[in-house]
Amino acid sequence: MIETADRRRAAELLGRFEAAGAQPVETAILQPAGTLLDLYGEDIRARAFVTTDPLAGEAMLRPDFTVPVVQAHMANGAAPARYCYAGEVFRRQETDEGRPREYLQVGFEIFDGGDPAAADAEVFDLLRAALAEWSPVAATGDLGLLIAAVEGLTTSERRRTALRRHIWRPVRFRRLMERFAGRAEVRAERAALIAQLDDAAAETLIAGAGPLVGLRGEGEIAARLTALREDREVPPISAAEAEVIDTLLSLDTMLADALAPIRDLAADLPALGPAADRLEARAEALSRRGHDPATLPFAPAHGRTAMEYYDGFVFTLSAPGRPDLPALATGGRYDALTAALGGGRAVPAVGGVIRPGLLGEPG
Amino acid sequence: MIRLGVPSKGRLMERTFDWFGVRGLTLSRTGSDREYAGRVEGADIALVLLSAGEIPRELSAGRIHLGVTGSDLVREKLVRWDMQVETVAPMGFGQADLILAVPKAWIDVDDLDDLDAAAAQFRAIHGHRLRIATKYHRLVREFLRANGVADYRLVDSQGATEGTVLNETAEMIADITSTGETLRANHLKILSDGLIHSSQATLFRSLRADWTAEDRAEFDRIAPHLTAAP
Repeated sequence: MIETADRRRAAELLGRFEAAGAQPVETAILQPAGTLLDLYGEDIRARAFVTTDPLAGEAMLRPDFTVPVVQAHMANGAAPARYCYAGEVFRRQETDEGRPREYLQVGFEIFDGGDPAAADAEVFDLLRAALAEWSPVAATGDLGLLIAAVEGLTTSERRRTALRRHIWRPVRFRRLMERFAGRAEVRAERAALIAQLDDAAAETLIAGAGPLVGLRGEGEIAARLTALREDREVPPISAAEAEVIDTLLSLDTMLADALAPIRDLAADLPALGPAADRLEARAEALSRRGHDPATLPFAPAHGRTAMEYYDGFVFTLSAPGRPDLPALATGGRYDALTAALGGGRAVPAVGGVIRPGLLGEPG
Repeated sequence: MIRLGVPSKGRLMERTFDWFGVRGLTLSRTGSDREYAGRVEGADIALVLLSAGEIPRELSAGRIHLGVTGSDLVREKLVRWDMQVETVAPMGFGQADLILAVPKAWIDVDDLDDLDAAAAQFRAIHGHRLRIATKYHRLVREFLRANGVADYRLVDSQGATEGTVLNETAEMIADITSTGETLRANHLKILSDGLIHSSQATLFRSLRADWTAEDRAEFDRIAPHLTAAP
């Protein structure tokens, strides 16, 4: 249950964000389920409460603010804008009985493409300062590096797209990398099927397998067979490039110590260059606000599984000595989300939320 | 007194009675055929006849101490099932596999890698996610999430699931099969790595029920007979 003290603290934090120049916004607790399902797929059902309205159809109890705030901004806001909000979010818990199903979030979001590094640093600084009394442990990451590396791989567009699609799903991403780097065996049945295509038309093979039932049509099956056949001719991703991806996934150091190794990776994979520039600009912007990159932990893949719309800078601020608790604050950059919800438009955006219910008395 | 929940009708009930019978516990229905009452000879146990589908819930609520049901139902219906019940003995009947099946004509789809790629393609072409008909929502979703499959959607089907593809209310199914006969008849094939769970009738012990000292003593007395081969 949400305590009175949590609401009071949420109100204080909201006041702080307003004072920092943000405009308070409200969003509905009942969110149309369609948008969230389109974005996150069926997995969101494990995490959000789904309910039905006889007229409006499936709805979800707001699992987070970012999506509705982005929608509101894309519909009628003009950049640059700064928003803040406070209210309940609702999460189903399928594995951990001890975690709350409803709790408060207080958030701050910047929609401004002018100086992304400065905006990243502004959000981080604002949230860290708001939590200063709790001496939170910071950790940062940047999925933009992994995305840039994938987009720069010397391979087919189809393979890059497949990897890009699974940036947030480590299991499948790894399986794809193994396959594309030639480290996984091609199954005998698959090799045989592709060999058959040398002599027979796809349509003949499909018809021989069984009647076409369901909506997925012959043309789709044939198109994928063509793709599989073409993919056979694509040389494996080079060991050097695969190594760049592996390194980005495993690197875990201080921000200041990450810059040189990432520059080295960019020598093997030049597409990493602009993302490395952005990382460097962010390190400088953070430093200008008094956050020393020499003592700020950085792992490019930090938050990769937990925070799936972030596609650039990400950060968490956690209670010291309490790795069992969820982070007190999380945030990051979600440029691609604004494009997905913007109907053809996109605005660079970054933000973060604090969970007042986790704060307790300052330690 | 220990309360034992068993399926109230059909083959499952008969096989359950037989299974306990060869282990020295005689289970029988009492009264008329329509009355769900029964008794146990050979142990101080009360027999509760229930629909197999209700037994997981009764175990979870602690209203029965022991229960016989499919391991698939326990995993589907009880969140973190192993915190709520304990397996006493797999019973060796009622075998059925929860599997993912696609139309045989999908010669480009043999495994989960293919399925994921086909789902992405399907969504791009049809504008909606690939539909999987099932009644095992949680097991299927957890399996697909663990394997990083995206762009699918589960549609509820409580019966005749194999027919949903022909009727175009789903593109593929996740369902229980024992022989594969119905799948073949509906022109479906199982994905090579599409086995979600191998189910069988299982005797479970509730960790939530109130076990008195007498109940424990009685369970400890009969347990060796139940867990040993007959």
